[in-house]
Amino acid sequence: MNDMVKNTGLFALVALLIVITGLMQSWNTALLILNMGLISAIMALGVNLQWGFAGLFNVGIMGFVALGGLASVLIAMPPTEGAWSAGGYSIVLGLLMGAATIVAAVLTYQRMPDGRARTLAMLAILIGGFFLYRAVYDPGVDAVEAINPASTGNIGGLGLPILLSWPVGGLLAAGVAWIIGKTALGLRSDYLAIATLGIAEIIIAVLKNEDWLARGVKNVIGLPRPVPLEVDLQRDPEFVERAAGFGLDAVTASTIYVKLEYAALFAVVLVILLWMAQKALNSPWGRMMRAIRDNEVAAEAMGKDVTRRHLQIFILGSAICGIAGAMMTTLDGQLTPGTYQPLRFTFLVWVMVIVGGSGNNFGAVLGGFLIWFLWVQVEPIGLWLMSTLTSGMADGGLKTHLMDSAAHMRLFTMGVILLLVLRFSPRGLIPEK
Amino acid sequence: MDLLNAFITLANFVIIPAIAYGSQLALGALGVTLIYGILRFSNFAHGDTMAFGTMITILFTWWFQHMGLSFGPLPTALLALPFGIAGCALFVLLTDRAVYRFYRVQKAKPVILVIVSMGVMFIMNGVVRFIIGPDDHAFSDGERFIISARTFREMTGLEEGLAIRTSTGITVVTAVIVVAALFWFLNKTRTGKSMRAYSDNEDLALLSGINPEKVVVVTWVIVAALATVAGTLYGLDKSFKAFTYFQLLLPIFASAIVGGLGSPVGAIAGGFVIAFSEVTITYAWKKVLVYALPEGMGPDGLVQLLSTDYKFAVSFIILLVVLLFRPTGLFKGKSV
Repeated sequence: MNDMVKNTGLFALVALLIVITGLMQSWNTALLILNMGLISAIMALGVNLQWGFAGLFNVGIMGFVALGGLASVLIAMPPTEGAWSAGGYSIVLGLLMGAATIVAAVLTYQRMPDGRARTLAMLAILIGGFFLYRAVYDPGVDAVEAINPASTGNIGGLGLPILLSWPVGGLLAAGVAWIIGKTALGLRSDYLAIATLGIAEIIIAVLKNEDWLARGVKNVIGLPRPVPLEVDLQRDPEFVERAAGFGLDAVTASTIYVKLEYAALFAVVLVILLWMAQKALNSPWGRMMRAIRDNEVAAEAMGKDVTRRHLQIFILGSAICGIAGAMMTTLDGQLTPGTYQPLRFTFLVWVMVIVGGSGNNFGAVLGGFLIWFLWVQVEPIGLWLMSTLTSGMADGGLKTHLMDSAAHMRLFTMGVILLLVLRFSPRGLIPEK
Repeated sequence: MDLLNAFITLANFVIIPAIAYGSQLALGALGVTLIYGILRFSNFAHGDTMAFGTMITILFTWWFQHMGLSFGPLPTALLALPFGIAGCALFVLLTDRAVYRFYRVQKAKPVILVIVSMGVMFIMNGVVRFIIGPDDHAFSDGERFIISARTFREMTGLEEGLAIRTSTGITVVTAVIVVAALFWFLNKTRTGKSMRAYSDNEDLALLSGINPEKVVVVTWVIVAALATVAGTLYGLDKSFKAFTYFQLLLPIFASAIVGGLGSPVGAIAGGFVIAFSEVTITYAWKKVLVYALPEGMGPDGLVQLLSTDYKFAVSFIILLVVLLFRPTGLFKGKSV
């Protein structure tokens, strides 16, 4: 019961912080923090599944989040006219040939006897396959990118409702996680870390450079939304009248209303995932996972297939990150591959999990909200602190420099918080039971 | 067919840049590998340690330039380098005292130390951005070229020029000196030998009376020196930007792992393997092939295997291949 009170208190504290933001800054800011907090909590749940349940050290979260974003584009954007007939099919064919080349090389490696013949055969397959793939793939890409490059120049989407992209984002991330897990999960923990870190960078590089896919750094903007547009609400006389009833002007009311709708959608997803994660944690499967985490050798001796279980939970956790990524892109209404940075999308999520309490789902959710709140609010607080500290100083180069640098306080603060928690409360705010 | 010009082009655009980049990676990977060998964790803060050391060097460079000090044709940054190393060593030792030592005494699992180093990474990144800002800084001065492309053409009468930039020359010379000094230290001095002993077998080393704290302090100082030198050389060659240094973490780790974590020779070999593959795979071979192939057989396209933005992909594919087929790296590394 005591724990219950403490945990409720912690959540109430975060809620209070957001309410204070609403009262002191604006309700729009507060709701924005709430919305991103919900998404962060989902990401933290995914990482907690991998790290807290199974002890997998995945630092490629950014890649899975970006894949979720890609799913929103591919599902929700209207199809580009003529893109498929111009080059879409040859792109797909080229990619399939590339995959076939790799499969053929792997099969050669497995089937042929060890020796020089095998090496030569593999090299021949890989080099020949590469040039064939480029010969089919490149013209297709050129044809697709030539279609109206100023506004599309990509393959376009399926024109389906964007809510559908959330599960699809999860599936996409799961698929990639399967490939990564198959190759990298046998490795030691820090090798897995480096491998995932690199694969996340590669995913971002693909998103930035393959213009035919999602326009690369030209960004996809104006994604369809699951909620009404603010402008439409402001034109709706009924809505304006109701807003006036609350004493709000139409513009403020419409922005708040839209954000509340997003918050409701995100909250539904979070509650479902949290419920599932709790069920999993308390099931025989969850106990097996923790047993594997705590002692791999003993679990293996008990007949548990450690590698398969690791692969399973790696895919599940990554899928959750993919769902969160699709939700985030939906909220932003645009996909901007240039903004994906490992500090923000990988390591910050790790801070959330560690601070919240790894191995405890509620801890991860709390960490998601709390750290996101701090990430947003440290900047204004730092600015305020700096202007207070420098108020006595004469205007000059140093003062300007200090005021300019206050914006970079957040990275420093996150580091300090992480180290303090690791040192004095290594199991996090809500520890594992 | 003109093999000489083909070779000069190749040297100018592939071999020389790859040697310079490889030396920088090798110095960075040596730092990672030393920490892994002695302190037994993968230091995620290494890229930011490089950025921190370079930042101190840049600050001193600016100060020296302000005072009118210069190093003749060589960049002033070389004069400032010792101060950068000292500053970086001080900071790193402070971090060790305040952060890492607690976990070392506890004998925490390596993965905990990796997470701790993530925290240090955030702090260092924040400090660097706080002091010098997130922008690009070019701090190279002095002569730009040892041989410029024009002089080379005039000297040899060849069609293609071969330019050797001062920063490239300095990178290679410095790297050779630093690596030689490091190997001399590790193999010939008493402290170096005790470091290797500690890395091979901690318990045995402790039994034979090696002071672990001293080993750790010496390691951090060497790592700070290596990181600062690597960072400054990279900054002279390209330019300084906090975020770029953070991203260097990837190829540096790839180099260290490809060579075999914990093995200094491996780190150097790994650095060059990664650098050469990155440059050759992302280089457009058209010009070389036009010279090398018989008249009229030159290719139409650029013959670029992958676009430059995929250079990370190259290092990681090599990394994955090495890990799958030779999990301890080219030179036998250690595993925790």
